[in-house]
Amino acid sequence: MTVIVVVFINFMLFRVLPGDPVRAVIGRNVRISAETQQALREQFGLDKPVFPDQFFDTLGQWAQGNLGVSWSLRRPVSEVLMSKLWNTLLLIGLGQVLAIIFGVTLGLLAGWKRKTAIDMGALTFSLVAWAIPTFWLGIILLAAGSAWFGLPTAGIVSPANTGKPLITILPDLARHLFLPTLTLTILYLGEYMLIMRSSILDVLSEDYILTSKAKGLSDWQVLWRHALKNAMLPIVTLIALNLGFTVSGAIYIETVFSYDGLGKLFQTALVKQDYPLLQGAFLLLAVSVIIANMAADVLYAVLDPRVKET
Amino acid sequence: MNENRTLFKRNLSDFWKAFRRNKLGLLGGFLVLTAILAATFAPLLSPYMPTEVIRDANGRGLTFAPPSVHAPLGTDDAGRDIWSQLIYGARVSLTVGFLAGFIAMFVGSLFGILAGYFGGRVDNLLMRVTDVLLVIPDLPLMLVLVATLRQMDLRISPLVVLVAVIGLLYWTSTARLIRSQVLTIKERQFVARSRAIGAGHAHIIRKHILPQIMPLIVTNTVLIISTAILVESGLAFLGLGDPTKPSWGAMLNFAFDRSAVTNGAWWFYLPPGFAIVWVTLGCVLLGNVLEEMLNPRLTAHHLESNQNMIAIQKQGGE
Amino acid sequence: MTIQPLLSVRHLTTEFHLADKQIARALEDVSFDVMPGQTIGLVGESGCGKTTTLMAIMRLLPASGRITAGNVYFNGTDLLTLSEHEMRSLRWKDMAIIFQGAMNALNPVMKIGDQIREAILLHNLMQRQAAEQRVDELLEMVGIPRLRRDQYPYQYSGGMRQRAMIAMALACSPDLLFADEPTTALDVMIQAQVLELLKQIQKNLGLAIVLVTHDLGVVAEMCDTVVVMYGGKVAEYGPAELVYNQPQHPYTQRLLEAFPDLSRSIELSAGSHRPDALSGGQDLATIPGTPPRLNALPPGCRFNPRCNKSMEICTQSAPKLVDMATPGSGARQLAACHLLNGTEIEDL
Repeated sequence: MTVIVVVFINFMLFRVLPGDPVRAVIGRNVRISAETQQALREQFGLDKPVFPDQFFDTLGQWAQGNLGVSWSLRRPVSEVLMSKLWNTLLLIGLGQVLAIIFGVTLGLLAGWKRKTAIDMGALTFSLVAWAIPTFWLGIILLAAGSAWFGLPTAGIVSPANTGKPLITILPDLARHLFLPTLTLTILYLGEYMLIMRSSILDVLSEDYILTSKAKGLSDWQVLWRHALKNAMLPIVTLIALNLGFTVSGAIYIETVFSYDGLGKLFQTALVKQDYPLLQGAFLLLAVSVIIANMAADVLYAVLDPRVKET
Repeated sequence: MNENRTLFKRNLSDFWKAFRRNKLGLLGGFLVLTAILAATFAPLLSPYMPTEVIRDANGRGLTFAPPSVHAPLGTDDAGRDIWSQLIYGARVSLTVGFLAGFIAMFVGSLFGILAGYFGGRVDNLLMRVTDVLLVIPDLPLMLVLVATLRQMDLRISPLVVLVAVIGLLYWTSTARLIRSQVLTIKERQFVARSRAIGAGHAHIIRKHILPQIMPLIVTNTVLIISTAILVESGLAFLGLGDPTKPSWGAMLNFAFDRSAVTNGAWWFYLPPGFAIVWVTLGCVLLGNVLEEMLNPRLTAHHLESNQNMIAIQKQGGE
Repeated sequence: MTIQPLLSVRHLTTEFHLADKQIARALEDVSFDVMPGQTIGLVGESGCGKTTTLMAIMRLLPASGRITAGNVYFNGTDLLTLSEHEMRSLRWKDMAIIFQGAMNALNPVMKIGDQIREAILLHNLMQRQAAEQRVDELLEMVGIPRLRRDQYPYQYSGGMRQRAMIAMALACSPDLLFADEPTTALDVMIQAQVLELLKQIQKNLGLAIVLVTHDLGVVAEMCDTVVVMYGGKVAEYGPAELVYNQPQHPYTQRLLEAFPDLSRSIELSAGSHRPDALSGGQDLATIPGTPPRLNALPPGCRFNPRCNKSMEICTQSAPKLVDMATPGSGARQLAACHLLNGTEIEDL
């Protein structure tokens, strides 16, 4: 249901976007005759009434994977998107996974050992991390990384390595990925830490934890066997919710690190006012987030037996 | 009437005492206050105008000069004083942040109250809308909206555009929060009683519900403002701010685009970000301490340290 | 040759450190014995320290709790001198507890059967195969169909969850079972079932039960001995027959006044004449006033403010336990009240 809404919004938004597409394609060249303009319009289907004709036409095209042609790159939008998709997935995926691992672990420790040094430290870190703008951290790490460690400042791989098989360029890829991934991880870690901590505190106050202790389980056994599974449930929801924000973060980070992924593409499309590209990218991003959310719902149902019945 | 006032004063002094005890809250308050003061007294605090180019002895712009006596935070790529830009930038960042935050808070509270109080279809509609908004990634949507609005030649300042866009997208969390609170309040007895004696909806909302959710609204506003400031800085960084009135985010945009990084001009890209963190952290600390005071988590959990459980005092003389 | 008590609590004193630096003296000088195979009832109003007593014995007090004096002898060993590690191996194996509100004391995302099995395997009582069988046995013992062992707590009714808790508590065949309000929050029919179950289990397994409740009817039906607690101290302590028929402490008297049927002579041996008043769920009648706040205790006797027989000395000093039973009768009935002039006791 939400997908429908998104699609609709997407369409409306971009049709509302003035700046005659034809004009933009032609550029500043105003000497094109009115007839040619009209012909172009017909070709783009812009002369038909917006609704329902254009709408369903576009819908049909999208269903077939035709997202139009990028004005600035002169290639089909879907092709452009696909080529950059994996880069972004790699970056986001890595960053999130690391953030989850570290964040959840830290949150567990912080909640378990409340008010100790580790808890205070973790809380402080999360607090500060939340207040730091994504791109600023990226800039700092970029500056520090390149100045002190000679890490590359742009791109996914060095120009010399483009197109080579994955295995051979792994070290180079790693070097390029390091800083952007680090930025992502640091920023998202804090949030996972906080949620996990809060979740653990809730869980550890429950009666069944006392029962477990009364059974003779050690603290660690109680945590591992009983508390953890219950505490992880909110995390799953959080991961789903986060996907939207991660995409946003990717836009900033890819811009700062000139990382050739969807985020950078989006930003470039924006600057160049390449509307088909912008529209296509937006559609892709929105739809993937929605799909991911649905997957998370399914996952949650699998983990929590209470939900299965509903 | 008088007793209401004394009650209020006493509550206020209790509140202040509790607030003072929490060091972090004080820190937060300090951070926010200094930022606001700096923005207000900008002309007094900055030695130069932000657009003024500092020239050296030969009349050439003092570009990328490191911090010195003349310019405490150095100069940018055109020779303008960073410190002054920072102070004036505060005005923009804070204004946009606060305004957007208030809009988000207002819209959110309104919808939250309506949905929670009236329930039924209004509630359903609201839930649908928030669901959709929650799912759509925020930055791409905002970028698209801003791009659209700009294209429309509406002759509004880009800052107004930012305020509008941020305010219109970030109300959802507030709405949900307020809604659930209103739902709990609605269940309570006095609402039913008020209805029984024929009180109108507006009256009930004003007298019963609003006072109870006020603390929640205030806390939430502070946190929303911090988000708004962050978001504005992000949008400005991507070039969507007003070039003539640069906020901190815009300064970072300049820094990045004009190769401050490659030139090693850390005084250009560090301070604006630092300022953002300063204010945002302040708001978050404030918001957190307010939240602590409203919902303190009192009980310890079952695995909390119990090494002192057996504390048998020895009888004297043994 | 006298039988040694299974559990011997002596002068147990605890306090809680509250949030605003205040100290609540939750238990003071609590002493009683539990003989093997015996059922002892711990009665009193909410907040009088019944649950705290159980928690202190099992050393499961919350972080703010401290045991400041006393001994807890279990089979001769003072539990308070054991390390946490030693205590853990003792828990559940030798003494188990069914918590108040046991319906929520089960892990919601773990199958019932698994939770019970965990208890067995934890104490290395048998191999996995045997443990599985034992789980089935236990469930059968409490009347839960074997098929339901792989279900989750939310699929059980409240009464079934209570019975599952009982099954789990018996998993390691403990010698002593603590039952904290096992029938509260259940409806009347289920209450009777659960009580029947407990009685049967005790008969078959010969374990001792410490039953904490505020329901005098339940105690009358099940317990051999009664400990009446008030404000964190023992008010009266003795065989159920004596306490019910000849209450010595003003508080006990007031309690029983609300249950006229109980104060008549009743046969308290298992399974016989059940008085009409015992339909379960009979709460304490209100005695005017409220229990004392444990961080602001009245001077002298704690019951004094609500007592209708108070004298001047009651505000000055706390009464000690004296034995009111007929000398030579073999039983002991202790009560702490200045009105009484019984025999002083040495070892309690």
